[in-house]
Amino acid sequence: MISWLNQILSVTLFSLRTIPERKGSAFSAAIGIAGVVAVLVGVLSIAEGFRAAMSVPPNQHVAIVLRSGADSEMTSGLSREETRLIGLAPGIHEGPNGPMASSELFVMINLPKKSTGTDANVPMRGVEKEAAAVRGDLRVIQGRMFESGRSEIIVGAGAARAFSGLDVGQTLRVGANEWKVVGIFSGGGGAAESEIWTDAAVLQPAYNREDSFQSVYARLETEGAFQKFKDALSTNPQLKVRTLLQSDFLAEQSSILTGFIETIGMSIAGLMALGALFGALNTMYTVVASRSREIATLRALGFGASPVVISVLFESLLIALLGGSIGAAAAYGAFDGFQAATINWQSFSQIAFAFAVTPKLLVMAIVWAAVIGIIGGLFPALRAARLPVAIALRET
Amino acid sequence: MKFVSLVWCNLRRKKLRTWLTILSVFVAFVLFGLLCALKEAFTAGVAVAGADRLIARHKVSLIMLLPESYSRRMRQIPGVDSAVHFTWFNGIYQDDARNFFASMPISDPEEFLKIFPEYVLPESARKEWMATRTGAIVGRSLAGRFGWKVGDQVPLKSPIWPRKGGGAWEFKIVGIYEGAKRATDTSGFYFRYDYFDEARMRGEGEVGWYAIRVADPDQAERVASALDAEFVNSPFETKTEPEGAFAQGFAQQIGDIGTMLIAILSAVFFTILLVAGNTMAQAVRERTEELGLLKAVGFTNGLVLVLVLAESTLIAMAGGLTGLGAAWLITAGGSPMPSVLPVFYLPPHLLLVGLGMIFGLGLIAGLLPALDAMRLRIAVALRRQA
Repeated sequence: MISWLNQILSVTLFSLRTIPERKGSAFSAAIGIAGVVAVLVGVLSIAEGFRAAMSVPPNQHVAIVLRSGADSEMTSGLSREETRLIGLAPGIHEGPNGPMASSELFVMINLPKKSTGTDANVPMRGVEKEAAAVRGDLRVIQGRMFESGRSEIIVGAGAARAFSGLDVGQTLRVGANEWKVVGIFSGGGGAAESEIWTDAAVLQPAYNREDSFQSVYARLETEGAFQKFKDALSTNPQLKVRTLLQSDFLAEQSSILTGFIETIGMSIAGLMALGALFGALNTMYTVVASRSREIATLRALGFGASPVVISVLFESLLIALLGGSIGAAAAYGAFDGFQAATINWQSFSQIAFAFAVTPKLLVMAIVWAAVIGIIGGLFPALRAARLPVAIALRET
Repeated sequence: MKFVSLVWCNLRRKKLRTWLTILSVFVAFVLFGLLCALKEAFTAGVAVAGADRLIARHKVSLIMLLPESYSRRMRQIPGVDSAVHFTWFNGIYQDDARNFFASMPISDPEEFLKIFPEYVLPESARKEWMATRTGAIVGRSLAGRFGWKVGDQVPLKSPIWPRKGGGAWEFKIVGIYEGAKRATDTSGFYFRYDYFDEARMRGEGEVGWYAIRVADPDQAERVASALDAEFVNSPFETKTEPEGAFAQGFAQQIGDIGTMLIAILSAVFFTILLVAGNTMAQAVRERTEELGLLKAVGFTNGLVLVLVLAESTLIAMAGGLTGLGAAWLITAGGSPMPSVLPVFYLPPHLLLVGLGMIFGLGLIAGLLPALDAMRLRIAVALRRQA
């Protein structure tokens, strides 16, 4: 056993020492694998970032109420009377100013996107006083909160980065109305950072909405209170509404886009991995072929077949891991934190987000590289072990 | 021609390597084909935009509605030939949010088909549509997606537009339209506005946006300004732009993601080519001595060059052509995600670009080692072997 391990060690060290002699092909195989990994991580970091932008902090228990049958805030509608009834339902957290619920209005305005200069659908939300308290983690990071009753807006940090004309102090002209940007905010959970917020009472007349809303956001007493809240609304004969947790609502809202990116990412990475696998196989076969005499000599000296197989596999794995690390590092440098904005078809509005290269993705990258390396090395390694010693020794 | 067998023998010398190289080139060109289809899908609307069409929408946002009465006022503006309006209906089939597609009531079937000649509908279906109040026409790809046939009754629910008295909207499919061009989107569902307006619970007389045909495409910009001027300072101001610009703006809403995906795919393509090209070059470099021997027995420099290039081009073609073919087959199967990418196909002019790249790969991969071999002095080459 010990001698077997010794054999493996010495054969492997021996082959590793000779890598510099074939650095060209080893390098090209590593580059191929680095490419696969970089692409896989890059594409999936878009989906990860998007998902992160569409999530809520774990301890934030917020319910959202829409009209029954509505699949987004855009297609929902609730009257003042309905929102009043919803605000009275049990399960809502009681704040200093009464139940923590905010009836909200959700519209779109066109603003030029900084990256392309063309118009994009930017979501604008009319909220009530309790809105920030409902979300819990919303902070004004520059300027101040809007004053109720005035044409003032605060802008989410993501929206301020992605679209023109949203710096504090600027005035936004939308139709016949002028809005003054008075603050930038961050947090708020979900897509809030991509939005523009103002007082619902000011937004209603500006958008000819009379006295109606589209959704109610309510902070729940506890996570368990959701069922109580939901049941109370669904059994109320005066209401026909759909109640769901904000986290579920956001997951539903982002399903098409994340599904799209992940499908593309996985199929591309799969194809690419195939390409890199062929590259790795080619390299390792060449390595085995060029070393056939050397390997035969080792075998003639009494080294077993398995140390030879393991040494070839090890070399291939090493090349793959090297490539994988290069690729993962490159993807991290190139993509992590990259600011982007895209349209979410399900809400028909722009979402600003940052690409996220998460540790999970990096681990996955290394696993892919290792798998390519092992498969790429296995067949050539078996060939090396099966080389007929006498013939190989005679080879030039 | 007599040297064909020589090239063939060289290719067969290391069969496994030749195969693996061909396969990596194959993968690269499958990717290339898919990349082209994806790029085309992101910009499909721009490609088919009619030069004689304008799109007028509410100045604030596409989601804001305009009065139906604008049709009449628009037609009175000099240079306007006809106008048709659309309203986003957001129809859902069988209560499943995934069964979602573009569905819209349009003001007038006759004018609609006149303004959009790329939607090809049989004459009998057109007559049927005029006669059927609940009639709807669907595009070929949408009909295929749900297996709809002419005569089918299709109930749709709309989260935006509840029907008076509740329940689903009933439509009768009176025709299936084809696209005049391959880039034409045939995933739409169009039905009559009179039915829609009468039965909707609220919002009577409000419509989404207008498509306007101008009599003279050269006058399009002027007509667009005249249209916006007509409605300025009203509660419903418009923004009118050529359809191409509108579609472009729409496509660019995807923005960075589209650009990113395409950039990443291009990087992949070139990485694979680099690796495959390197292997091909390596295969030639290994045989430098042999090429010297050929020259020693009287092969000219030019002939050696041609032999080497023929070999690398053959590999590139074997992998590249099958790869493009596979990509073509994949895209011919239709869009993998019809709700995100309604148009998905491989445009012929990009196939030509692909062909160019195949030859480029063959030539570049073979050229450097071939030039080396050509310049090699016979004596040196022969001595190297010894």
